[in-house]
Amino acid sequence: MAPVSDFRFDPRKWLVGILSPLDGPLTLIVLAIVGFSTVVMVSASPERLDTLALNVGVAFAVMWIAASVPPQRMMTVALPLYVLGVLLLIGVALFGDVSKGARRWLNIGVARIQPSELMKIAMPLMLAWYFQSREGLIRGRDFLIAAALLLLPVGLIAKQPDLGTAILVAAAGFYVLFFAGLTWRLILPVVVVGVVGIGAIVAMGDTICQRDVEWPGLRDYQKHRVCTLLDPTSDPLGKGFHIIQSTIAMGSGGIFGKGWGKGTQTHLDFLPERHTDFIFAVLTEEFGLAGALLLVVLYILLIFRGLFIAAGAPTLFSRLLAGALTLIFFTYAFVNMGMVSGILPVVGVPLPFVSYGGTALVTLCLGVGMLMSIQRHRRRVGT
Amino acid sequence: MKGIRTPEQEVARFRGRLAVAGAVALVCFGLLAARFFYLQVIRYDYYSTRAEDNRISLVPIVPNRGLIMDRNGTVLARNYSAYTLEITPSKVADLEATIEALSALVDIQPKDRKRLKKLMDESKSFESLPIRNRLSDEEVARFTAQRYRFPGVELKARLFRDYPMGRFGSHIVGYIGRINDRDLERIEDSDDTANYRGTDHIGKAGLEKSYERELHGATGFEEVEVDSGGRAVRALRRTPATPGNNLVLTLDLKLQEVVEKAFGNRRGALVAIEPGTGGVLALVSVPTFDPNLFVDGIAPQDWDELNNSPDHPMVNRALNGAYPPGSTFKPFMALAALMSGKRTPGQAISDPGYFDFGGHHFRDDKVGGHGYVDMYRSIVHSCDTYYYRLANDMGIDLIAQIMGEFGFGSKTGIDIEGESSGILPSPEWKKRRFKKPEQQKWFGGETISIGIGQGYNAYTMLQLAHATATVAAGGVMFKPHLVKYIENASDGSRRMIEPQPIKTIPIKPEHIETIRRSMVGVNREGTGARAFAGAPYVSAGKTGTAQVYSLKGAKYSSRITERLRDHALFIAFAPADKPTIAMAVLVENGGFGAESAAPIARAVLDYYLLGKLPAGIAPEDPGAEGNSGDGAGE
Repeated sequence: MAPVSDFRFDPRKWLVGILSPLDGPLTLIVLAIVGFSTVVMVSASPERLDTLALNVGVAFAVMWIAASVPPQRMMTVALPLYVLGVLLLIGVALFGDVSKGARRWLNIGVARIQPSELMKIAMPLMLAWYFQSREGLIRGRDFLIAAALLLLPVGLIAKQPDLGTAILVAAAGFYVLFFAGLTWRLILPVVVVGVVGIGAIVAMGDTICQRDVEWPGLRDYQKHRVCTLLDPTSDPLGKGFHIIQSTIAMGSGGIFGKGWGKGTQTHLDFLPERHTDFIFAVLTEEFGLAGALLLVVLYILLIFRGLFIAAGAPTLFSRLLAGALTLIFFTYAFVNMGMVSGILPVVGVPLPFVSYGGTALVTLCLGVGMLMSIQRHRRRVGT
Repeated sequence: MKGIRTPEQEVARFRGRLAVAGAVALVCFGLLAARFFYLQVIRYDYYSTRAEDNRISLVPIVPNRGLIMDRNGTVLARNYSAYTLEITPSKVADLEATIEALSALVDIQPKDRKRLKKLMDESKSFESLPIRNRLSDEEVARFTAQRYRFPGVELKARLFRDYPMGRFGSHIVGYIGRINDRDLERIEDSDDTANYRGTDHIGKAGLEKSYERELHGATGFEEVEVDSGGRAVRALRRTPATPGNNLVLTLDLKLQEVVEKAFGNRRGALVAIEPGTGGVLALVSVPTFDPNLFVDGIAPQDWDELNNSPDHPMVNRALNGAYPPGSTFKPFMALAALMSGKRTPGQAISDPGYFDFGGHHFRDDKVGGHGYVDMYRSIVHSCDTYYYRLANDMGIDLIAQIMGEFGFGSKTGIDIEGESSGILPSPEWKKRRFKKPEQQKWFGGETISIGIGQGYNAYTMLQLAHATATVAAGGVMFKPHLVKYIENASDGSRRMIEPQPIKTIPIKPEHIETIRRSMVGVNREGTGARAFAGAPYVSAGKTGTAQVYSLKGAKYSSRITERLRDHALFIAFAPADKPTIAMAVLVENGGFGAESAAPIARAVLDYYLLGKLPAGIAPEDPGAEGNSGDGAGE
């Protein structure tokens, strides 16, 4: 360290020092998306701008901290974080608060927490750590163990029931398995069955959506959501309302939109949840296809920057983590835009960096921060 | 998996998979872009028209809530239409200034402001909340003229709930209140969201809550054309709402009124049941409250008053309060003795005035004892020694088993919420109730006081009345219910709530007869004789006194505060040979059952059987002072 007498405050140097953990391209992309989100929020829900600013501040601080933590450090917290997450999920199952028919929250005295949110990060961390610890020796058995590690929390979350989060956590874990080299012989059949299954449901929608038909393994409200997707007009005042109104908002936006603050769907209160899960409908109504594609391009840039970071990552752990985190952003964006445009069922997945909501934003920025850390430490590790 | 690879191969495969992932992501986004293109370009005209048509808005039509009436058609809950002034906090720049300006046009009390503040804490800022209800025509006119000055403030015509009988029967009817987050979750859970669009009130307590589904009705909707500002221009199509169903109760409100008046300002509970059907004729818990206070958000001041009152008016004592039954337990003990063959009616004891067990001296109320006591005399004179000995002979397990048959210690299943199950003491119960092993053990001495309805015994008045009705009906147990039938408000068709016999307890008719004869004796020559002197009908009864505080042989004096005095109880059914009413009465801290509870039962029977209304208000708290020993018998 330099002697104190030599110290001179140089704002330029200081700024560079502060910004050094951050990755330039990622920061710019996230800032662009958050900026776009703010513009939409001014129209959709101006009274929330104060809290939005606070949420963004906190999330960026979390991102900065995460970016400063070297990947080796993340490895040490992977197992404890996972165990904590699973214990909390068991706690939820036993003592959780019930809200909207689901037991998702755990009251820990000072606050109510939703442990499933933690699992979205803890899951890829844990599995990446596991494969790292088996590096060079990975065989079929390890994939079985990893699958078990994945299914335990996913099962607990699905039982709450919270299908949306369960799918996200399962996807996060699956991405690690995929990047770790899970054989195509297992992946392809599942994909084929999935495609055929979805095709079948769409084709036979009328028969299986009869009132008295029960779907094995799924709750009534989940069946309802799928059936409403197939035919939104079956429930115009209830569940179908969201989909009908959001597709109208989108379609009526046209190529260039109705203009900022001029969306009739938005401002005549036809759009439900317009600042959270359905904010994309506001965006497309007011900024049209152009706005939608701009956002899609931003997401593609984000994902490709993430994949690029993963490609250059030095250790197995950081490769798997970076790859999985990147695909999580993709999943969020795809599922949300898919449900708003009416091709996926309505599950509670926010539009990443755009939907209002502190917890999701912090989780996402934590993930971005981890990517940044992997990028910055790419040469110092594993040499 | 394939064999172990070199690190270079690993990295190469990883990068290959990254490429696959990137490709899949691009394809998926391509799919989305295609969907956007389809919606926003190809189908633009269609959706653009739909959005224009969306100027046609679906406005929910809130159904009229069903009425609640007693068996004679007296209305307990109804609706009326009035204007309310509502404010949407998020649309108002300066709330204080707006309210200040409004108060120049309509009368806004500090109470109204406090209530608005409370509602704002409980709801989201974009909901419109009432600042003043029930505006006068003059106020409506004044506000309408100046409406342009108040963006975010609206005048709404709405149906209000009104409880014309006020305090009478309020624990049964309950009340409605504004829908809060908890209610909202319940509505979402039961998939009723669509039906509650536009509804902002929901049943919060009593029948209003338990019959919410029947009372609410089905929401209709109207397609209204709105201009670009969202204001309705004209109505296009209308699906009318289906009004909620009316509830007609088994309750006799006049009887309820007689009882509530007879209690005066004493605290207590009374439940009267029709033995042959389980229909509840009166279900009283005093003091009561005015349900009208709750309808549009109770003012904090009123809430504090109700909540902090030492008399706890919000507690439904008849359902939720569990009390030791005292000597009203004796007829059931006697019946249990007959059923189990532990006693015959003629078997007698010679009562010395005490019963010694394990070094403890269980005293009878009457110093020197009752002398020769058979079953009849044991009930008529409420002899404790007889039951100390009986309890000891039967043992706690047998007592608990037979008393359980009569519904003691379990919920009756009445059709409103808040019922407590009371405590039917048994060694198993004690094991569950206490944690430390030394507290879990059942002692033989504890069985002795169970025999006279003391000790751990604690039952609700509903259970006690239910058990009395079961005995009065010869052992046939009916599920107690408050609603007689549900009436369709549009076509008047009725859906009867049929009496549901839960079970028939196998009791020999001569055993029932012994108990009936003994209980008739109570009102003719025993502890209830004074209260029933000159009654032109034959009634069966039993007095009871439940200990609140053990005096350890000391005497009551003015130093013993009122709240530590014994509770007075009375059970009865009449006419004795063909009962049409059975009941249980409790007067909290009323002293002896014979003095304060029995006269209330007399007033009930006089009204119900003879149609006689009491001349004035029932006598004041007699302030029972007298002897009471450990046993607290009669």
